[in-house]
Amino acid sequence: MGAKLLKSREALLLAAIAALLALIAARFPGFVRPGNLASVFNDTAILIILALGQTAVILTRCIDLSMAANLALCGMVAAMLNSAMPGIPIASLIALAVLLGAGLGAINGALVWRLGIPPIVVTLGTLTIYRGMIFVISGGAWVNAHQMSDAFKAFAREGLLGLPVLSWAAVLVVGAMAVLLTRTPLGRAFYAAGGNPTAAVYAGIDVGRTRFAAFTLAGAIAGLSGYLWVSRYAVAYVDIAGGFELDIIAACVIGGVSIAGGIGSVGGAVLGALFLGLIKNALPVVNISPFWQLAISGAAIIVAVMANARAEGRARRIILRKAEALA
Amino acid sequence: MTTPTTPTTAPAPPPPRAAIPDRLESRFRAALKSWETLLVVVAAAVFLINAFASPYFLDPWNLSDATFNFTEKAMIAMAMALVIIAGEIDLSVAAILALASTAMGSALQYGAGTPELVAIGLGTGLLCGAFNGLLVAGIGLPSIVVTIGTMSLFRGIAYIILGDKAFTGYPPSFAYFGQGYVWRVFSFELALFAAVALAFGVLLHMTSFGRMVYAIGNNPVAALFSGVRVARVKFILFLLTGLMSGLSAICLTSRLGSTRPSIALGWELEVVTMVVLGGVSIMGGAGSIPGVVLAAFIMGMVTFGFGLINVPGIVMSIFIGLMLITVIAAPIVWRRLRGERFA
Repeated sequence: MGAKLLKSREALLLAAIAALLALIAARFPGFVRPGNLASVFNDTAILIILALGQTAVILTRCIDLSMAANLALCGMVAAMLNSAMPGIPIASLIALAVLLGAGLGAINGALVWRLGIPPIVVTLGTLTIYRGMIFVISGGAWVNAHQMSDAFKAFAREGLLGLPVLSWAAVLVVGAMAVLLTRTPLGRAFYAAGGNPTAAVYAGIDVGRTRFAAFTLAGAIAGLSGYLWVSRYAVAYVDIAGGFELDIIAACVIGGVSIAGGIGSVGGAVLGALFLGLIKNALPVVNISPFWQLAISGAAIIVAVMANARAEGRARRIILRKAEALA
Repeated sequence: MTTPTTPTTAPAPPPPRAAIPDRLESRFRAALKSWETLLVVVAAAVFLINAFASPYFLDPWNLSDATFNFTEKAMIAMAMALVIIAGEIDLSVAAILALASTAMGSALQYGAGTPELVAIGLGTGLLCGAFNGLLVAGIGLPSIVVTIGTMSLFRGIAYIILGDKAFTGYPPSFAYFGQGYVWRVFSFELALFAAVALAFGVLLHMTSFGRMVYAIGNNPVAALFSGVRVARVKFILFLLTGLMSGLSAICLTSRLGSTRPSIALGWELEVVTMVVLGGVSIMGGAGSIPGVVLAAFIMGMVTFGFGLINVPGIVMSIFIGLMLITVIAAPIVWRRLRGERFA
């Protein structure tokens, strides 16, 4: 049990995060104040939420490169509606963003399910289409803070029991996804569809439909994040969250979600996102140029992939030992 | 993934999984139905529409300018096509380009001349490609995640070196690569691309190495058992994408005359689109260099034509995205309509 715990990705990540915190705390004790840690969590909240949506998709042996574009499109629609009609209650706007996101995700899912196009091609295509749609509907214009209603901007930042709503949203999504992935038939179907699609079919799981569900879920999550993003930063333009799709995948990979499908956990994805968030927030504190962030997260991804491969490799059967050694 | 219990499946009796034809199709008919023929038709249509849409399109100098829209990306796409045919992918190409350009800029600060700059550009590309190849072919990691990682790593290093600054002041002789003309309106870049395309066409279609690439893409295990050194071939392919990214870095840096860490941002997606549009199967094992060359030409002409009639770049990207999905979906839908379920 102890040895197993030592090898688990969650434990390793937790240790890495703790070590990182200790290292920073040694010189900058202010960084590990609860208040500051809470703000780091809040800053990472959207990445956590998105990583969980991506986890569902990757579990089914697919990948969604369009999440950031989906987020930006839903955020822009919410912001434009708010500035045009400030009377619409925030709850309806959020519901609309989630629905729109789910619809965009469903388009990805339908292309993968019904036409059997590889997910990477589908989402590569929809990534540019969704991003372009933002330009088409907004005409390239920004929606600035003064055009948004106060309620729209305040929602994500409002304090509730000591934490902003944004943080609570992440906590809520983490809880919901944990239940979904471990306690519901759909969640188990995600694992089955990615772990061994052929076996899943024989077990009576419709793999295509399961993947469709995963994409729709990821889309809904991107839609929700779209509102949260625009509300938090109080600005919407074509390029918001540009390139963020790779951060999302990085969080999953660092969290031990296997790109080959079927392996991964909510805890891992959350810790993966927190690890990236911590690095991003710690760099300016320890006086390292923020330009280091990209290279560090790249190195972290490579290390994580190597660790993932080691974890998966144990289960692999080697048919021809000699040839494998030669290859 | 086909599933036996899809409720919407038509109740009609399923056609036989595979019928053995009485005789092979004639070469001419097979050629008529090929992906490349479709691309030639599309390219001709794009060309004609452009010519009608804008009176400036048919100007030789304009057409020559139009080629700059795709030559640099297409050079990378040649190597990328081989990688994808072998069943792998390299998403780090644009980051390699940025790092190679940054390395050249750094060398420039120490007084490097044009020959040194070229060597450094190509060398950086090769080194980055070797790093990818080591991780993918040497250790056996999945290329899609590895190259997402190295994409951040390589561009990250460029950011560490440059920050928000830029390298400028490249020597005048260096400008030839991106701005020079070989003969009248034919640019050096176009000539270079033609040479690269020819080299890769020969490599893929006329050498045993090319056959190995197809074999690996179709079935890596079978290829291994057939005596193909899978890991070595894959390593060489990643070296080649690195080298082509370095070459592209030389051209782009020379054309722009400056280096910023954000150079060629997002190109990896355009290059992959170009390759897939060219008929290369993203699952590996199928595709041709002429197809990718045609796709590069089409994408260049479409973006240039849209530019002439003042369509903003981002709207063009919608069109490229739609084109990518449509050209892949259309044959599937077509086969579905004709009832070939397992084609």
